[in-house]
Amino acid sequence: MSEFKMPSLGADMESAVLMEWRIKEGDTVTKGQVIAEVETSKGVIEIEVFEDGTVEKILVQEETECAVGTPLALIRSKSEEPEELPEKEFISSKIESSISQPKTDTPMQEPEQAAIKPTREEELPVQEESSSETRVKVSPAARKKAQEMGIDLSVLASRSEGAIQLKNLETSVAAKEKAPLLSGMRQAIAKAMSRSNTEIPHYYLSIPINMTPALTWLGELNAKRSIDKRILPAALLIRAVVRALEEVPELNGYWQNYNHLLSKSINPGIAIALRKGGLITPALLNTQEMSLDQTMQALDDLITRTRANKLRSSEMTQQTITITNLGDLGVERVYGVIYPPQVAIIGLGRITDSPWAENDALSVRKVMQATLAGDHRATDGRTGALFLDTLNQILQKPEELL
Amino acid sequence: MTNEQIKATIIKEILTVAPEIQKEEIQPNANIQRSLEIDSFDFLKILTALHKELGVEVPEADYAKVDTLDHMVNYFSQRL
Repeated sequence: MSEFKMPSLGADMESAVLMEWRIKEGDTVTKGQVIAEVETSKGVIEIEVFEDGTVEKILVQEETECAVGTPLALIRSKSEEPEELPEKEFISSKIESSISQPKTDTPMQEPEQAAIKPTREEELPVQEESSSETRVKVSPAARKKAQEMGIDLSVLASRSEGAIQLKNLETSVAAKEKAPLLSGMRQAIAKAMSRSNTEIPHYYLSIPINMTPALTWLGELNAKRSIDKRILPAALLIRAVVRALEEVPELNGYWQNYNHLLSKSINPGIAIALRKGGLITPALLNTQEMSLDQTMQALDDLITRTRANKLRSSEMTQQTITITNLGDLGVERVYGVIYPPQVAIIGLGRITDSPWAENDALSVRKVMQATLAGDHRATDGRTGALFLDTLNQILQKPEELL
Repeated sequence: MTNEQIKATIIKEILTVAPEIQKEEIQPNANIQRSLEIDSFDFLKILTALHKELGVEVPEADYAKVDTLDHMVNYFSQRL
């Protein structure tokens, strides 16, 4: 029997509201199936189960606020043995949310959970009380307002009697007037980036890439297609990065407990800016299996769901590298900050008309600066240079990216 | 279709793709992508929706002619 716990869906998440169960007791579930919806500071996220099995018991009712790690349901796995193996217990005490998840599968689940836990305990003294036992009663208006203001309702609940109303929030805000409140998302970014800059010795590399062949090829391809089948340069670039990562796999993985782990799946986190402010980097999962058209469709789908608050838990936790494309804003080079436990972030700048010397002649070409920030504990500059050179070579033969 | 109707259709599609935007933020002569934080994906979505509504497909080569609301209205009115 294993406990299905409230997973951590990013460095900021301390608790979330279980909004809806998609299963009932006695149901058979399969690994990857969406079994619940939870509401976090990043919106509503669909939560997937990590194993095949049967739902033995539902422990938490809908609309309950639960701290990360709170057992939500009991799942009996298919090959359940009467006695738990000692080794399994050891793993389960280490991993917060993904009990009896096979070690070989998605190693990225672990480091994030493990790494975030200490801060969470520090900052959430009422974690025990605010777990599944106590339902935090909040008026819908207050919940909405609290989310906007980044107020932790479970903390507030411990100080309030009865349901939390808007006036409680206003008192809470008045008390903290001098310290401006950060949104949950801002706090998330702050924590992850502080940790990155403290722990990760970054190295930075950049290379100018002649994008004229790729853009000309893409323009000709799109001219033959109807508008709804067009491919955007962003999709072509992601496809090229994935191909380059297949050649240089050292950058696709994690740094965990002084181990450099490579991931077979290439799940780039795509930096997507939200118009109201903030940034999310959900994973484009298993891009190594996608053609160019499939990459475009998947990217379109991911961006649409990110902006509509419809992301899945796997997309929030399984990034193996990050790609950030600030070219839309006109910057030429992006020197990224690695999102731990990943070991690299790729920056793609604006494509500009630039002088380009080739074969003893000077001409104007569409040029993009590609940058790489690498974790020097995991790889050396040579690996990063090899990656950027490979990316450049691949983009000179765009027809091979179909 | 009058220019006013074309304009209303364009505004409607912009707001469908980017519901966070307030109608008043859409200036007639401002670059749509830069002033409204519309990225290349959103822009393609807006053009795809306008193709469905108005039956006019904007090739990539003509993107410079549909960069502002006013330019877009002109572009579509000439082709309807």
